[in-house]
Amino acid sequence: MISIRNVSKHYGSFQVLSDCSTEVEKGEVIVVCGPSGSGKSTLIKCVNGLEPFQQGEIVVNGISVGDPKTKLAKLRAHVGMVFQNFELFPHMSVSDNLAIAQIKVLGRSREEAIGRGLKLLDRVGLSAQAEKYPGQLSGGQQQRVAIARALAMDPICMLFDEPTSALDPEMVKEVLDVMVDLAQEGMTMMVVSHEMGFARRVAHRVIFMDQGRIVEDAPKEEFFGQPRSERAQQFLSKILQH
Amino acid sequence: MAEFDWSSIPGAWPFLWAGMQTTLEITVLAVAAGIVWGTLLAIMRMSDIRLLSWFAASYVNLFRSIPLVMVLLWFFLIVPALLESLFSTPRTSDTRLSSALVAFALFEAAYYAEIIRAGIQSVSRGQSAAALALGMSQSQTMRLVILPQAVSNMVPLLLTQGIILFQDTSLVYVSSLADFFGAAYKVGDRDGRLVELLLFAGAVYFAICFSASMLVKHFQKRAGS
Amino acid sequence: MGYHWNWGIFLAQVPSGGTSYLGWMLSGLMTTLALSLSAWIIALVIGSAMGVLRTVPNRWLSGIGALYVELFRNIPLLVQLFIWYFVLPELLPERLGNAYKEINPLLQQFTAAMICLGLFTGARVCEQVRSGIDSLPRGQRLAGLALGLSGPQTYRYVLLPMAFRIIVPPLTSEFLNIFKNSAVASTIGLLELAAQGRQLVDYTAQPYESFIAVTLTFMLLNALIMSLMHRLEARVRVPGQGGHHG
Repeated sequence: MISIRNVSKHYGSFQVLSDCSTEVEKGEVIVVCGPSGSGKSTLIKCVNGLEPFQQGEIVVNGISVGDPKTKLAKLRAHVGMVFQNFELFPHMSVSDNLAIAQIKVLGRSREEAIGRGLKLLDRVGLSAQAEKYPGQLSGGQQQRVAIARALAMDPICMLFDEPTSALDPEMVKEVLDVMVDLAQEGMTMMVVSHEMGFARRVAHRVIFMDQGRIVEDAPKEEFFGQPRSERAQQFLSKILQH
Repeated sequence: MAEFDWSSIPGAWPFLWAGMQTTLEITVLAVAAGIVWGTLLAIMRMSDIRLLSWFAASYVNLFRSIPLVMVLLWFFLIVPALLESLFSTPRTSDTRLSSALVAFALFEAAYYAEIIRAGIQSVSRGQSAAALALGMSQSQTMRLVILPQAVSNMVPLLLTQGIILFQDTSLVYVSSLADFFGAAYKVGDRDGRLVELLLFAGAVYFAICFSASMLVKHFQKRAGS
Repeated sequence: MGYHWNWGIFLAQVPSGGTSYLGWMLSGLMTTLALSLSAWIIALVIGSAMGVLRTVPNRWLSGIGALYVELFRNIPLLVQLFIWYFVLPELLPERLGNAYKEINPLLQQFTAAMICLGLFTGARVCEQVRSGIDSLPRGQRLAGLALGLSGPQTYRYVLLPMAFRIIVPPLTSEFLNIFKNSAVASTIGLLELAAQGRQLVDYTAQPYESFIAVTLTFMLLNALIMSLMHRLEARVRVPGQGGHHG
């Protein structure tokens, strides 16, 4: 489904990603972790072309992301993305947030788009909030709306960029619960996150990044059992302390 | 399309330079006076004494709601007449330059007052609370804590306003006072070369204002980092 | 002081007949309104387009926006006006230039002033639009693109609606400025409000009444626009957002 081959990226002389390679199969859930500045957010944004890269290749569902001929908008329409700061559109009601891209990108009718949106809103437990504006919702609620917004596009896979790190601790669980459900239904997911509990429950593989490199890429049991690199061991012990 | 003929500019150089000196004189004096009076207005506006803050607010709102051209006309057409009837100064004396200076200073002060007030209010309340908690007096708090921070916020805006004032001095044209623009216009009109002189004036203003605003940006960046 | 106040002067007939001095003032006010509003439309259209250009990730396009702003911000309004009025007809191809000089002088003054004020104010609108867009979180643009919206769609549906809401207050002051700046058009002979005020002084020798009337009219206009814009600001406010947060 997602194939990342020898991807490198630099801003001027600063190397953000060096020679990253990995594969995500259909139905697989991958958690990407690592210290801040390790390049994990950049890597996930390369997958749908929000960040350009200079070397290597990323292929999503048979389409090359880096190819200048690729219609990125068309690809992105089917790759869902959830952001750290939710990024709901503040000037639109919740139901318009869910409908706008369905109408403008997929060409669905307004009724169809609103209907589909409401169904997904119900699924994340927020159907009562349809007419509210993002600023009137809590962070956890906003993030669940953002997940519903991405799902409304019928994505073939979902990218999560630190979806819980801007949330108050008491709201993390409601968002993770939605993500666990999704994973258990077989959605292909690539998740940048420090939530190791989530990784233990549903991830198939864990990727550990440090200084722009993929240091570790292992099945979950192996990663939590005995990480091979010292950096990953340090990282895990630090994470456990809070 | 007309042929350009720039030959009247070199000969008129002394006259144009004198005009530029007038322009600079008005700018510098009006900026200085405007900042002083503007600071007083800003302090009055923030004062607890109702009458003072009301006066400052009305002053600022009055000057900000009327066109500068109107203010200049008031001063050119009416103040001399007023002075004449009050002090019976002879009508022949040329009060245009001093009228212009006073008009610009009073007008710009309203704008400076707002910049200074916004600069002071941009310093968080926590800062003054912290200073007062350390036992500083009101005036110490203002002098030692608030103003040093406020000044670095407002200096770029004050300088930018100065550049705007420099441009606005051209409006003394309404009194046919020969500032730089007035001088350029007169030369162009005399020699039938208005097109060249206007383009020349535009280029000179652009060169000066563009360099000055680049300098302001440069300082801003250095102060910010 | 030996000044004789005579507020009745406004009802007196002008020497050429047909109207009163009040009629002159009203026609000046109409010209001021027409000039300011038409220039404001130009300023909004050009300023928004240039402001968007300044934020697109393409050096050449954003360079065009920057050039426009620097050019129109660093030359005094009066000089720009004289260039539009006196210089432009000379720079046009001869036939076009002559045709322009043949049209009604009033229309010449009006178009020169309208284009001048529109482009001058447009440069300032451009900077506001740019700072409005820049003040939005970077993630908003990414979220629009991630949903599959095209670049223009992202501007149209995501960035501009919020950016314009944020910049209503600074746009209000630019809108007020355009009315005030329109008085500069009196220098090329356009009989707007300030020019009518001066004309009145020349004809009646009642300078105080005339100037007080013009000044009050400008203040009234100012207050009127301010309250209209406050209402607009309240109407476009997004529920759940603070008064001035993005």
